[in-house]
Amino acid sequence: MSVPAFADLLERLVFTPGRNAKIALLRRWFETQPDPERGLGLAALTDELVFTAAKPALVKSLAAARTDPVLLALSHDYVGDLAETVALIWPQREGVNAPPPDLSEVVETLEVTPKAELPALIAGWLDTLDASGRYALIKLLTGELRVGASARLTRLALADWAGKPVEEIEEVWHGVAPPYLPLFRWLEGKAERPDPRDAPVFRPLMLAHPLEDADVAKLEPSEWRAEWKWDGIRVQLTGGPGGRRIWSRGGEDVSGAFPEITEAMDFHAVLDGELLVIREDGQVAPFADLQQRLNRKAVTPRMQRDYPVGVRLYDLLFDNGEDLRPLPLDERRRRLEEWMERVRPARMDLSAPIAFASFTQLAEIRAGARAASIEGLMLKRADSAYVAGRQKGLWWKWKRDPLSIDAVMMYAQRGHGKRSSFYSDYTFGLWRPDGNGGEELVPVGKAYSGYTDQELVWLDRWIRNHTVSRFGPVREVEKSLVLEVIFDAAQLSNRHKSGVALRFPRILRIRKDKPAAEADRLENLMNLVEKGTAEAAD
Amino acid sequence: MPPPHPETWLRVTPEGLHCLPGGFTVDPVRPVERAVVTHGHADHARPGHGSVLATPETLAIMRARMGEGRAGASQQPLRPGEEVSHNGVRIRLAPAGHVLGSAQVCLEWKASRVVVSGDYKRARDPTCAPFEPVPCDVFVTEATFGLPIFRHPPADGEIARLLRSVELFPERTHVVGCYALGKCQRVIALLREAGWDRPIHLHGALMGLCRLYEELGVPLGDLRPATVAEKAALRGAVVLAPPSAVADRWARRLAEPVVAIASGWMRVRQRARLRGVELPLVISDHADWAELNATIDEVGAPEVWVTHGRDDALIHAMAQRGVRGRALHLIGLGDDEEEDAAPAEPAAAQEGAEA
Repeated sequence: MSVPAFADLLERLVFTPGRNAKIALLRRWFETQPDPERGLGLAALTDELVFTAAKPALVKSLAAARTDPVLLALSHDYVGDLAETVALIWPQREGVNAPPPDLSEVVETLEVTPKAELPALIAGWLDTLDASGRYALIKLLTGELRVGASARLTRLALADWAGKPVEEIEEVWHGVAPPYLPLFRWLEGKAERPDPRDAPVFRPLMLAHPLEDADVAKLEPSEWRAEWKWDGIRVQLTGGPGGRRIWSRGGEDVSGAFPEITEAMDFHAVLDGELLVIREDGQVAPFADLQQRLNRKAVTPRMQRDYPVGVRLYDLLFDNGEDLRPLPLDERRRRLEEWMERVRPARMDLSAPIAFASFTQLAEIRAGARAASIEGLMLKRADSAYVAGRQKGLWWKWKRDPLSIDAVMMYAQRGHGKRSSFYSDYTFGLWRPDGNGGEELVPVGKAYSGYTDQELVWLDRWIRNHTVSRFGPVREVEKSLVLEVIFDAAQLSNRHKSGVALRFPRILRIRKDKPAAEADRLENLMNLVEKGTAEAAD
Repeated sequence: MPPPHPETWLRVTPEGLHCLPGGFTVDPVRPVERAVVTHGHADHARPGHGSVLATPETLAIMRARMGEGRAGASQQPLRPGEEVSHNGVRIRLAPAGHVLGSAQVCLEWKASRVVVSGDYKRARDPTCAPFEPVPCDVFVTEATFGLPIFRHPPADGEIARLLRSVELFPERTHVVGCYALGKCQRVIALLREAGWDRPIHLHGALMGLCRLYEELGVPLGDLRPATVAEKAALRGAVVLAPPSAVADRWARRLAEPVVAIASGWMRVRQRARLRGVELPLVISDHADWAELNATIDEVGAPEVWVTHGRDDALIHAMAQRGVRGRALHLIGLGDDEEEDAAPAEPAAAQEGAEA
């Protein structure tokens, strides 16, 4: 019954918006499925089980052989997605009473089946399945399974089910392969934790708490080290005899997106740092440039040239297999500098320490840094070991004050999950000349956070009472409500009508007191944009 | 003389399908002097006609929905199996299996027979009489789900999925969006058959028709208003509401709701996703692709007229079997499952009086 059971899980995961509900669905899968099915299902969900045997064209030809071409075309037109069309239209054959395949049967049979026999094999499986089973099988075979359950979420569900900290699972995750039998034996208390040995595994990251200005006074300057908080993506570099990996903050393997970095990782060490687009002159480009490199399947030489990436290193976790994490930060920093001197990897540099005598002085330094690539400062306790997760009092992030504009609400959209009955996503705009001597609003961003629950209720009611037109889930509202929007940076963008993109905009307050005509103009926002590439003010 | 071709005595007019010698219109979309109504859904049964001929159940449903005065100046009940003659046209009603009281209109004039089936389905429904195939010269059919991708799975399997979800999330409220007439009562009856004997909570807009079903002899068990219950009391409960209410403000009163919608459209994922549905249930009042085709073959009509829906695909499929198809493009039909506006909740005072 396994492909149907997997199809059922898949269907629920796809439609379930809530994180906790997804975890509950995954828990039940781990609880009820036998080995190796549960591990294979897990691998399929986390993209660790990838088939390339069947191309979409093969699937289409299977359906075409069994259906009327006009009806297939009309149906494909209506549904849109080919896999779903085939899954739905597949004519069930009378008298088929073979049981549906297990996931393990699918995996094993595909390995040994010659290419010429694939169509008959797949058609035979489709005959044993219902529509959702067929959909799951087709998506799996064509490598197009997209579930909406991140690998991180599945590991959280494993941790929740087994009653173990997720960090312990993450440390071994990339050292075990589907169907993860040693992992499940350990999680069920039947064996020791698997030892990844030399396999490149992700080490859970040490995370920081936000520091409020009011708390700064309690800190003793000599006990703290400061460095810039760069606006890139946090990465862990793992290099060694077992291979090279770039891990994202959540433990996803993103090596494929940055081949020039993996090429430079000719060392046996684990490092923590920030991945950035760094121009030839050493200047860090705004986050929008780095975004061009994210979530891409293929990296073109042109992209590598236009958006050259590098890693700014700030911690050394392992050196030649030696675990440095228990050492104090100052000692790790000394080892990191020594290591850098010795290894000199290309495309990497050190995150420079910022000297300061008092927090007043440090606050001035922070206020002076207006580069869009800097989010603020990191404060790390000099004697802190490298510990997984967010331990209070060891690392602080001290973001610079956000920028702000008064914008006019233009459109509102309903949220997801718990917010699905509320208009909670707001597109806001600023005034600019309309070219005919008048003024028009141009949208500059979208925010869906920052307000309190009470403000959300008020906004929702206001939107419903001031709607001028509706486009599906979107309402256009009267241009009369001013919102004070704060954001971390404004960057030029040719993908936005206004020519500017905001970094992390959120609603600070509702300005019921302010008439819309007095809201900010686009030129006010343009004055806040960092021109060109940014430079750290050190 | 051969019998006259139905095209000569049954015409498409702006009001609907009009019988010339009989002087009446089937399911007219505008007020007419004489109407024959197949069933009580709002796109088929409209207010303001002179006389209305329909099954006693459909007439009762019309009175309940429109009010006594608007459901036809005079009402003429006709039970399935009975026959009346009007200006030489013989009229009989045969069960359509769509909702309670739904009927096919069988018309015979000078030995030429047309069956106007209205909306229908062939799947089992504990709340109404099953479809009865009637041989004819022209069969008039709907084609709401007239594409081969639409095959409705057995409804009891869908109800089992709902109950498995209730078991998995016992602290959440399961709210099932379903149309007030027919779908709602069928879902309730199927839940009862599956052994769910706990109270079922209803949105105010569904209560009236459930009461009427019970008066007309369809038992539905313990039904309670969802609007007066405490949030905590609805944990683990099943609540039924109109599709438009399940993801809107009304649903905020529910405890972490799992949003389900019971509809044939739920078979297509994109449709389900657009509606923000967490648990799509493929339960339909309409014939699926296989049922449409099997029914056409069963009544044996050499010619089939398609009122609304995917007439292109259905007519293509019929042509392969030598059946002549004709698209009528009747306007105003097929809106019953697509409606978006939320039916108004009964006023609080009224509900208070009922409780």
